[in-house]
Amino acid sequence: MTDLRITAGFLPLLDSLLLVIAREKGLAAAQGIDLALVRETSWANIRDRVAVGHFDLAHMLGPMPIAANLGLSPIAVPIVAPMTLGLGGNAITVSTGLWRRMLDAGAPGNIDPGPAGAALRAVVATGGPRLRFAVTHPHSGHNYELRYWLAASGIAPDRDVDIAILPPPLMADALAAGTVDGYCVGEPWNSVGVASGAGRIVTVKARIWANSPDKVLGAGERWSAQNPEALAALLRALYAASLWCSDPANHAEAAAILGAPAYLDRSSELLLRGLSGRLELIRGESARIPDFFVPQAQSATFPWVTHALWYYSQMVRWGDVPHTTDNARRAANSYRPDLYRSAIAPFGAALPIGDRKILETGTFFDGVPFDPDQLDAYLAAQRA
Amino acid sequence: MAPTRRPGLRGSGEPDNSGAMTSEDLSILIVDEDRVRATIIEDGLREAGHQRVTVINSTQEVARRIVEIAPDVVVIDLENPDRDRLEHFFTLSKALQRPVAMFVDRSDASAIGAAIEAGVSAYVVDGLRKDRVKSILDMAVLRFNAYSRLQRELDEARTALEDRKLIDRAKAILIKQRQLSEADAYNLLRKTAMNQNRRIVDIAQSLVTAAGLLEP
Repeated sequence: MTDLRITAGFLPLLDSLLLVIAREKGLAAAQGIDLALVRETSWANIRDRVAVGHFDLAHMLGPMPIAANLGLSPIAVPIVAPMTLGLGGNAITVSTGLWRRMLDAGAPGNIDPGPAGAALRAVVATGGPRLRFAVTHPHSGHNYELRYWLAASGIAPDRDVDIAILPPPLMADALAAGTVDGYCVGEPWNSVGVASGAGRIVTVKARIWANSPDKVLGAGERWSAQNPEALAALLRALYAASLWCSDPANHAEAAAILGAPAYLDRSSELLLRGLSGRLELIRGESARIPDFFVPQAQSATFPWVTHALWYYSQMVRWGDVPHTTDNARRAANSYRPDLYRSAIAPFGAALPIGDRKILETGTFFDGVPFDPDQLDAYLAAQRA
Repeated sequence: MAPTRRPGLRGSGEPDNSGAMTSEDLSILIVDEDRVRATIIEDGLREAGHQRVTVINSTQEVARRIVEIAPDVVVIDLENPDRDRLEHFFTLSKALQRPVAMFVDRSDASAIGAAIEAGVSAYVVDGLRKDRVKSILDMAVLRFNAYSRLQRELDEARTALEDRKLIDRAKAILIKQRQLSEADAYNLLRKTAMNQNRRIVDIAQSLVTAAGLLEP
């Protein structure tokens, strides 16, 4: 059997893990896939190169396929997300200077988003120069999580603070230089900020929104319709990679593979922090966060329609797109659990019964539940 | 602060009479950290009759000057790691309220592909007629490709020079240690390379390294 060649783009982030492991541990080859990985420098390049067919698919921000299908991207080519590439993986890091002010305002010194948000609100209320935060892309889990955390803490993202776009490799330097006061980004860039002495991790995605997706596998709709077998084989390879990565005994090897020059080009010690959930919050102070990044458990690779709709609710909330029945339908159809189910079936794993679930009280740190079938009511409550 | 809207800068909902303007009236912004390449593109556009061409080498400067420049077309280098930030500036700026990356319609897929292949992307103010932008993008693609070719040739020339120096050093070692003529020394290198199915320069490199190890 000849190998099916698939070219995939990725950005050097911890959650490119499943693609890298699928290739390097021979799991793609075992499915008859010759997987070529190409490192990119921006999400815009990832989007454009998928759109013109240079990449068959790519490591993408969770809201990116939704934005493409809603016509928010400069090149409007339909994109589908048949798989999530793990849960969690992000954190919010602030400068040590802002952290001291937060401590003075009563931050308890753990990673609880509630009290940290209350302390930040108190800092904002004292006036002074507007605080400036950075995220990697407007249509990113980072942007929406940061805004959710701020808003639920009583800070209006567009009125009380500035939110800028900055590429991850520049974030730690910007924090040290005082150009930004904090940022929300995927690993290893929080650990880079901590290791440089410039920052303190104040909270993590897993605490703001438990079991939440960050990156997805994004493929051109046309490519995935024309290459169903190649896509299914790759999904199986990625699923096998998620099983391999879920074994703590493999973490050290995974970190070494991911740290190679062709991938993240970072020390494996630094990558191991996010992988194992043993993060240094500030120099000399560590915390154990077992669910910091989850590659397999909790149906971590299942593309829930609920998750697509929650991202859509935030796009509406912050004015990216008006809410219409048609837009909601496009958003929901961006994630494709049907493709996932048919590909993964041979594993005999227990898959979720439905494609939607209610995100119960306790999923979000402020306790507000999200029912994808009550979207209008949720949007109305957000406006209030 | 909203910039003054010039005639011809219209939203897509309005009738397009931009064809009445000559191409020289377009404001073109080139964002490229590679100053030499930026200059090459700028020259090309000026030679083609475009008067209003601005070159910016840093992202920070784009943030400061985008309103003043009010570009109709922005040409940027795809390798720029700051592309997401730049794209966000374009979206925020009143001048490029709805940036369209190159051409939106599918029939232009090959043109977009060629541009991305060359490593260039462009943003165009909405409502601008396609044929007016196409020549600008074509020019940028041509110049990007020419520059890449130039760099490749330069690299090759540099490598060739280094290879020749290495072979000369290997020959000198053979001439000294085996009392060979220069022609015989070269022939020995060539024959060894053929026998081992390797390049002459690799054989020369091994010889030079080995000789270095034997030096007192």
